[in-house]
Amino acid sequence: MQNQEEIKRLENIVQHLLDEAKEQGASAAEAGLSQENGLSVSARLGEVETIEHHCDQGLGITVYFGQRKGSASTTDLSADSIKETVRAACSIARYTSEDDYSGLPEKHLLATEFPDLDLNYPWSISVDEAIALAIECEDAARSFHADISNSEGATVNTHQGIHVMGNSLGFLHGSLSTRHSLSCSVLAQRGDSMQRDYWYSVARNAQNLEPATVIGIKAAERALRRLEGRSLTTRQCPVLYSAEIASGLLGSLIGAISGGSLYRKASFLLDALDTQIFPEFVHIHEQPYLKGALGSSAYDSEGVATKTRDIVSEGILRSYVLATYSAKKLGLQSTGNAGGVRNLMIDPGQDDFDGMLKQLGTGLLVTELMGQGVNMLTGDYSRGAAGFWVENGQIQYPVEEITIAGNLKDMFKNIVAIGNDIDYRGSTRTGSILVEQMSIAGQ
Amino acid sequence: MKILNLAKQSILTPAGLQESDIEKIMSRLLSSSVDAADIYFQSSHSESWVMEGGIIKEGSYSIEQGAGVRAVSGEKTGFAYSDRIELPVLLEAANNVRAIVRQGQEAQVKLTYAPNTTQYYPIANPLKSLAEQQKIDLLRQIDTETRQLDPRIEEVIISLSGGHDVVLVANQDGQLAADVRPLVRMNVTVIVEENGRREQGSMGGGGRSDYGYFLDHDRALAFGKEAVRQALVNLEAEEAPAGNMTVVLGSGWPGILLHEAIGHGLEGDFNRKGTSAFSGRVGERVASDLCTVVDDGTLAGRRGSLSIDDEGTPTEKTVLIENGILKGYMQDKLNARLMGVKSTGNGRRESYAHLPMPRMTNTYMLAGKHNPEEIIKSVKKGLYAKNFAGGQVDITSGKFVFSASEAYLIENGKITRAVKGATLIGNGPDVLTKVSMVGDDLELDSGVGTCGKEGQSVPVGVGQPTIKIDGITVGGTSV
Repeated sequence: MQNQEEIKRLENIVQHLLDEAKEQGASAAEAGLSQENGLSVSARLGEVETIEHHCDQGLGITVYFGQRKGSASTTDLSADSIKETVRAACSIARYTSEDDYSGLPEKHLLATEFPDLDLNYPWSISVDEAIALAIECEDAARSFHADISNSEGATVNTHQGIHVMGNSLGFLHGSLSTRHSLSCSVLAQRGDSMQRDYWYSVARNAQNLEPATVIGIKAAERALRRLEGRSLTTRQCPVLYSAEIASGLLGSLIGAISGGSLYRKASFLLDALDTQIFPEFVHIHEQPYLKGALGSSAYDSEGVATKTRDIVSEGILRSYVLATYSAKKLGLQSTGNAGGVRNLMIDPGQDDFDGMLKQLGTGLLVTELMGQGVNMLTGDYSRGAAGFWVENGQIQYPVEEITIAGNLKDMFKNIVAIGNDIDYRGSTRTGSILVEQMSIAGQ
Repeated sequence: MKILNLAKQSILTPAGLQESDIEKIMSRLLSSSVDAADIYFQSSHSESWVMEGGIIKEGSYSIEQGAGVRAVSGEKTGFAYSDRIELPVLLEAANNVRAIVRQGQEAQVKLTYAPNTTQYYPIANPLKSLAEQQKIDLLRQIDTETRQLDPRIEEVIISLSGGHDVVLVANQDGQLAADVRPLVRMNVTVIVEENGRREQGSMGGGGRSDYGYFLDHDRALAFGKEAVRQALVNLEAEEAPAGNMTVVLGSGWPGILLHEAIGHGLEGDFNRKGTSAFSGRVGERVASDLCTVVDDGTLAGRRGSLSIDDEGTPTEKTVLIENGILKGYMQDKLNARLMGVKSTGNGRRESYAHLPMPRMTNTYMLAGKHNPEEIIKSVKKGLYAKNFAGGQVDITSGKFVFSASEAYLIENGKITRAVKGATLIGNGPDVLTKVSMVGDDLELDSGVGTCGKEGQSVPVGVGQPTIKIDGITVGGTSV
């Protein structure tokens, strides 16, 4: 009940902001406010290392004077500050240009139904309990094997936030959500070889976190298996993206079909709508109404209702990812994606991770990518990588200090299989992805 | 004194806080078992403008303020912050933080002022250095002149941003220090098209200065010209080769190699914990004797410069590697104390809402003796990497990677063709041992670097002369 009162209070502040904008002459406005509280506790080498109490708040407003707009934001929610912030936004709108495409979303697209998406599960964990949990997690990692030589520690995080969004078309809604995580990072050493790796679990409800000991053991296993890695000679071979990094491939897809890249013609998937960009078996869809998921929301950051929809089916690109501005620029309608895609899923195939290794046969399993070598304009892709060399479906030895390269257009078309070893931790959910052939550069 | 007074007026006066209130909060934080504590107040004003499609498309203004309180005992840190600079809120924060120590009585603290330090940048608010209309006119002028440079230009995107950051930090001894930090930045991105092929080029710069910086020496126009040049080079670029080869790195921004491959591994926290590939190696050879690398926060007006760090320690020029020998690490107070050395003025934080840690300022390699042309001439077959996009490092394994945004093949001592999509990957502790020539053309980057560590971003500078590395893995698509 207290929560509902707090939401009401913050909704009133947003309404006050919108009223103030109107007062100062704006023809339209939209505003957002967020308030977050949290605790972050980390332990290292069996003792508490840091205790951080988080307390963030901020509001932002965009005002429109006809087709001109201005934005301002502040961390100070006082009445004086609100007036000042609106004034700053209005002042900026005097200098920006008339832009035919700027403005609020069409009213009929705004969300009107707000189902409970199961996103708010406060975790009443005390500081002492959090310390104990972090130590338990790290202990599991450190005691796992004699070669676990050092640690960067384990961290417990818990956050609760209220987010309110409103605009001068009458949209005003606030919601509560929580996010909790437990992570562990340790070092393994054998001879001259030193490697670090980590594992984490994240959830809206702390009960859905993986057990602390499981997270610790996974972190230890991951660090150990990287020891004594070798480079590879330069070659071409099939590449299996492990589930935890395969989401990056889907991230590149979304970047390329996002309105901003399209109207700037800065995408390798320009004019690709209704064309075959993946093999026929690929089905990629957005699921904003999944209960308890990290990306779930009934509306986007402009208040537009989100939709459960196909982005790719039968390998054909069915829809772009648009917010109001980019949609107008392209002569289309917003797809409810201001602020991104909410729960992106790719249908899994029949094989688990071992089955995917068998399909890979002889080639590279990639478990880590480094650097930013992705050119969204051309699709050119060249990134630092680490992972394992695989022969006849069996992992042979760890590999490091190599790059993998290709062009995303070809890589998408050459996807051979998608595993059912889905990583549920992010707002993109995918299994491991096998790409038929890429260029490996090494020693 | 001027800066301290300005900081007090910007932060304490509007909040109705007195110096005696800071004493109260600090007293609440301290007890006999606290080794260090600080209160960090910050008030930041920033703005940004974007021109795209020939119009002034976006403008925004932001005010952020708050305070963070920290207490450290041994290796343990307690931390809390708030956007509300109010005595009851900060006293409660101090109570929470102090729980890390769990014992001891409150101590009494009397505030004193930190001695004046050298200022490496002006204190005036850069946001006010040009009238709004002048900022708009500047953007329009660059847009118009850049578009006229070549008929193949399809789009020009220009951003202009500025910030004015006022900080006030009180430590456990009651010493109060302040800094006022201007920062401006401009960037021009150009998209070109020829025969259906689209490529882009980007150039920008800035520093701890005001907007006049972009007018001096026609710098803003030069950004536009350089962005167009790079975009046109990319139109001609062919697929990069793959494999291990000799690589010549250009001067200036390619110094990001030092930042990634070496710099992060020399930050005090990783070395205190023994998690860096450079841990325990002070006094050892980590580079060829041609290499001397420093981190220098004292360069006037540079993007990575600071008069004092975020713990109130004056910055310095710290020698990291001298003639190939590892000399020392970059330290904040906590790690310096635990390693029994002095802080090098590298304690930085993204804001009041983040904990300080050892971070770089401006990191660069000193000039050598070779003429850059001589260096190119000495390579039979290799890659000349003139400019880079971003990079990343794993400080434990030492592996680093970065992507060239402008690169050429070197064949028989001559630069021949432009190549695209080249990624360099290597091992931090090895790479400088393979430096066989160092140019006499030391250059610092134009002021575009932002470094991320543990989720915190801070502005940094990098630099180097032209250098030759015998053997580094290049990842390209052409096998």
